[in-house]
Amino acid sequence: MIHFLLKGILRDPKRSRLPIIVVSIGVFLTVLLSTWLGGVFGDMVDMNARFDTGHVKIMTRAYAENSAQLPNDLALLGVNDLIDSLETVYPDMDWTPRIRFGGLIDVPDEEGETRAQGPAGGLAVDLLSPDTREIERLDIRGSLVRGRMPETQGEALISDAFAQKLDLEPGEAITFFGSTMYGSMSFYNFTVVGTIRFGSVAMDRGTIIVDIEDARQALDMEDAAGEVLGYFAGGRYDDARAVALRSAFNAEIGERGDEFAPEMLALRDQNDLAGMMDYMDVVAELFVFIFVGAMAVVLWNTGLLGGLRRYTEFGIRLALGEAKGAIYRSLLMEAVLIGLIGSVIGTLAGLGLSAVIQHYGLDFGSMVPNTGMMLPTVYRTKITAQAFYIGFFPGVLSMLLGNALAGIGIYKRQTAQLFKELEV
Amino acid sequence: MKTFFMAFLLLFLGSGPYPDADEILAKVDANMSARNRVFESTMTIHGRRNSRTITSRSWSEGDARSLTEYLSPAREAGTKMLKLEDRLWIYSPISDRTIQISGHMLRQSVMGSDLSYEDMMEDRKLTDLYEAEVTGEETLDGRATWVLTLTARVEDVAYQTRKVWVDQERFIPLKEELFAKNGQLLKRTELSDVVRVDGRWFPRTVLYKDMLKDGKGTEFHISEIKFDTEIPEYLFSKAALKQ
Repeated sequence: MIHFLLKGILRDPKRSRLPIIVVSIGVFLTVLLSTWLGGVFGDMVDMNARFDTGHVKIMTRAYAENSAQLPNDLALLGVNDLIDSLETVYPDMDWTPRIRFGGLIDVPDEEGETRAQGPAGGLAVDLLSPDTREIERLDIRGSLVRGRMPETQGEALISDAFAQKLDLEPGEAITFFGSTMYGSMSFYNFTVVGTIRFGSVAMDRGTIIVDIEDARQALDMEDAAGEVLGYFAGGRYDDARAVALRSAFNAEIGERGDEFAPEMLALRDQNDLAGMMDYMDVVAELFVFIFVGAMAVVLWNTGLLGGLRRYTEFGIRLALGEAKGAIYRSLLMEAVLIGLIGSVIGTLAGLGLSAVIQHYGLDFGSMVPNTGMMLPTVYRTKITAQAFYIGFFPGVLSMLLGNALAGIGIYKRQTAQLFKELEV
Repeated sequence: MKTFFMAFLLLFLGSGPYPDADEILAKVDANMSARNRVFESTMTIHGRRNSRTITSRSWSEGDARSLTEYLSPAREAGTKMLKLEDRLWIYSPISDRTIQISGHMLRQSVMGSDLSYEDMMEDRKLTDLYEAEVTGEETLDGRATWVLTLTARVEDVAYQTRKVWVDQERFIPLKEELFAKNGQLLKRTELSDVVRVDGRWFPRTVLYKDMLKDGKGTEFHISEIKFDTEIPEYLFSKAALKQ
């Protein structure tokens, strides 16, 4: 039967060309949008996780309330013990301390006088431990524009745009001026050994990256950290698991602690990401639904036109004694085959363009808003397993639906009128 | 007619026989400003987690030049701040660097206190900066005060308006509220421990409260002060910072 129908489709292309084109375009757009949404939202979530939120993050309650102000005076104390206990309870996760800080970067001239100056946002991570995963996680090595990675304490990386603004070359000395955890003035000399570009507006403006032990000395934060970030093994965010972990951890601390007790937040609790993640799921489903609906209407119309074209054929088949149900079923079977052919073509085209955008990316740097959310400037599609089958739902379903609606006319044919209609 | 008469009475009898506001302000300036002064002070900063005390010695000349050297705790010892006109330099012996502070950094807190660098630098006479108006009288801690509302007459002031409670007898501010241009209350100060020094009244303790910050404020106490004494010229130079 399928072989017979396929022969019909191939030998009479006029009958199937338009539906195949319509299905292909719809499926192409569905696949492309699916990979685009997955890529864009995935990149946003991934960038937030790597640079800011972790998969879960622990801060003191007081710090969490004002975290946007980087209140290191409210930072976690006894961080080594905290991480030891976290590693015991959650051994399959990677826990890492970080300090985010603000201050002034001052570049001296030969006389030691201020040559250039600018406000900086500092990120202190474990750069120098032999088993650190932070360099890989933040892709620091891959983001180097000039110079090299820090190898000893007192060495720092700064964003390339910031270095250009300060007219700073790798190898030059800078002084960080800010406040310690206890509010005292902090002066700390660094040697800039490299410049970096992460491709994120927030990170590429005035960032300085230093080893966490340097930051602890500069900010008087021995065994302290503003944040302890937790990452699931494999680096893949699992929202349900993160939420469950956060609830269990906070329930364990409960009412016991004061405002300096640790509090855990899941990724979705930070940077307004919950709304975005929920929106992402809804939008993906909405697109498929819209394409199924829109294409079904178009294919219904195409099916009606095809039905009119094949009015005589159906009449002859009915006159020869073929049951109405059999004709209707063969019509639906044919629709499924056309839907499949269109879906394959559309999926291949969608995957092809997605692969190109995944490789080269589209730069929206000038349009990215200046928000607290970590936003990449170059957006890419992301081809996932879902992209290989998602187009088949609207492709086959819309064709089937369109033809099912159009084919109802078969049941309205009166056998007694057939010969008159066929003018035989 | 009756209403008009009542309003007339209220207007002329109810306003009170207030002295001239500029005269009050000039007397305040006479107490608070000097040709120069040298003092040692302690600054106790009450944070959310703990309190800490910083001691310093300061030399100032008029409203243009001043030098502060921090004496303790150990982490701060040797740090110096030099103000020349509207410029400010900070020297840190740990990094052996002198950094000039300017722009929005001047509004940042000094040592985590409730004072900004701008607050520390501002030493001009109130009569040069503000138009004054007496808006009432109140009693503060048993002292009768004039309540003055000051409105900036120049552009480069940190606070657009101030409400000042001035001791009617000693012409010392006992309380101040400092407001931004939009009317928001930014800081509140309470001055106490008023003593007679070299023929003038002077408050030795000031409690600063940054109204935009949590915490109990910063207590600034002058343990020793000398007015109109000789200050070596070299102290007000960048070279003195590293000495």
